[in-house]
Amino acid sequence: MEQDPAIRIKGLLTQFGSNVIHKDLDLNVRRGEILGLVGGSGSGKSVLMNTIIGLRRPNAGSIEVLGQNVDQANSATLKWLSSRWGVLFQDGALFSSLTVRQNVEVPLKTHTELSEHACAELAEIKVGLAGLPPDAAHKYPSELSGGMRKRAGLARALALDPDILFLDEPTAGLDPIGAASFDSLVQELQRALGLTILMVTHDMDSLYTVCDRVAVLLDRRIKVGTIAELMEDSHPWIAEYFGGPRGRAAADARRRVTDGRKT
Amino acid sequence: MATAGREAAARLTTDRDGSQLRLLFAGSWTTANLADREAELDGTLNRRALAGVERAVLSLDQVTHFDTAGAWATLRTARRLRDAGVEVAIEGAGADRQRLLEAVEQTEPAPSPPRGLRFPLSFLANLGKLTLTLGADARALTGFLGLTTLVFLRALLRPSRIRFTSLIHHMQKTGVDSLPIVGLLAFLIGVVLAYQGADQLARFGAQIYTVNLLGISVLREMGILITAIIVAGRSGSAFTAQIGTMKVNQEIDAMRTIGLDPVEVLVLPRALALVLVMPLLTFYANIMAILGGGLMVWVLLGIDPAAFVRQLHQSLNVEALLVGMIKAPVFAFVIGLVGCFEGLRTGGNAESVGTQTTRAVVEAIFLVIVLDAFFSVFFSVIGV
Ligand SMILES: Nc1ncnc2c1ncn2[C@@H]1O[C@H](COP(=O)(O)OP(=O)(O)O)[C@@H](O)[C@H]1O
Ligand SMILES: [Mg+2]
Repeated sequence: MEQDPAIRIKGLLTQFGSNVIHKDLDLNVRRGEILGLVGGSGSGKSVLMNTIIGLRRPNAGSIEVLGQNVDQANSATLKWLSSRWGVLFQDGALFSSLTVRQNVEVPLKTHTELSEHACAELAEIKVGLAGLPPDAAHKYPSELSGGMRKRAGLARALALDPDILFLDEPTAGLDPIGAASFDSLVQELQRALGLTILMVTHDMDSLYTVCDRVAVLLDRRIKVGTIAELMEDSHPWIAEYFGGPRGRAAADARRRVTDGRKT
Repeated sequence: MATAGREAAARLTTDRDGSQLRLLFAGSWTTANLADREAELDGTLNRRALAGVERAVLSLDQVTHFDTAGAWATLRTARRLRDAGVEVAIEGAGADRQRLLEAVEQTEPAPSPPRGLRFPLSFLANLGKLTLTLGADARALTGFLGLTTLVFLRALLRPSRIRFTSLIHHMQKTGVDSLPIVGLLAFLIGVVLAYQGADQLARFGAQIYTVNLLGISVLREMGILITAIIVAGRSGSAFTAQIGTMKVNQEIDAMRTIGLDPVEVLVLPRALALVLVMPLLTFYANIMAILGGGLMVWVLLGIDPAAFVRQLHQSLNVEALLVGMIKAPVFAFVIGLVGCFEGLRTGGNAESVGTQTTRAVVEAIFLVIVLDAFFSVFFSVIGV
């Protein structure tokens, strides 16, 4: 039996004035999968993410997250939803007047009645899980590097062990080693916690190593499939994307890794 | 609800068998449910319950949902038991949960934040810090004054360096846009002065001198002070907030790397705009205050406009006007300077934009009033 999808988008229309960003866009995100979302700069990936999490109202169409219609949700449902998803924004969006640990405690204190002490310890675990050194917990966002801010943002997104995680370009601006460890972190968390992850990314290595399927935002609509399926696609942009030098290099690297495992 | 299973409660049963204790975790051990079980979990671990226990088994078989909070609770229980000298085994964690337990166990607790000083010492330390920063601030502001003056002079020598679009924009914002509020407040101050003066002077039958009082105090002091205070609150704060936000966005750093001088690009047009606009605003405030006072003496004392103007003419000379007006560009420069200076000193976050804006307004008004006192002493010495 096909399970209810975690996210179901039907006939989405998004426009700013006369500038149409999405039209007749359909997308189903399955429970427990890691879906990579790609598309040219300015094609509306961040706007799509913001629409799914209810920061923007769709001009038409419906969006269901965990079986709840986001657009028509009342405040109690929205509050429940916001405890079931975690969001990592493109540039972290940490609260600048709070330390990293306090940032992670914010969702815990908003949605649970845990004691002060438990909040603090859970927050420290999340900080550690996100791959930050322990002493980063008491630092302010302005004292962190860009990559550390991303990790702190991830720790906050994970604070409530959500069902769905939205990541907007999580590895952009990280060094390759940091990006690779971020990827394996995401994969590990996904396995351990059974997360559904929607990840905007242009990192070919992430697409190949962690994503189960890839959604391509193209001509205001979405085409979705595994990388192998998409490579069969005749659309020139998709062919260029996966068949270009970066795509081929990542594919080769991936093949070497999997071959190495077999032998 | 599709995920109703998550909402099932977390349950804990303990089962004592001789020296062996079984802790049976069941239900949903997730962040949302943990709050209810926290106290209970601590209760099962007290000294009396543990007396004579040698082995404990934590069984996760019956757990339906398990996340990092559940893992944390399990591990914390295990650690407590071990600390009490009990041998602990965790059972029934499948591969996934085992991995999660390991991941959580590997995270280190953060070192406790550095502790501050206690009361009497902390008071002294703060006092000392404050004194030092006061000195450093004064020095930094003086340095900035020098820097800005240099850029000012350089711009006067080569006016093409002045950004005229920006200058006009700020003259519009700080000058034209503040006409309504400056006019209204000056008018009301005129009303108040006339009312108070008439009240007191009437006791000596010297009502007519209300006009003298009004004219002199408005032209020499009140007009410029009211204007300066409004401009500090309205435009000085805006300067700080604008420049501070740019600082937070690293726009100032970007400017420097492109080879733009923030003092020339940001400070010069703002400060110059204030210097040009403030004398005009002051003159306008003077007129509005005298209008307000004139209306009041007419209503209150029956001195009609013709008599009012005649009396004003007799009591005033051009010096009174100049004494007020000459302060305007000086105050304007100080307000602009402090506003931009505090903006540039903003730290990396949103909160410090707020702090700096408050500081800018307080400092600007403080300096304006101190300078006004100096001007008074100076004018009385030279006998104006
Ligand atoms: N608030 C807004 N008002 C008008 N246009 C917007 C707004 N936000 C985004 N856009 C437009 O929507 C398009 C998609 O933006 P975005 O989703 O940020 O792109 P990306 O796919 O690179 O994340 C862009 O062309 C942008 O100009
Ligand atoms: Mg984007």
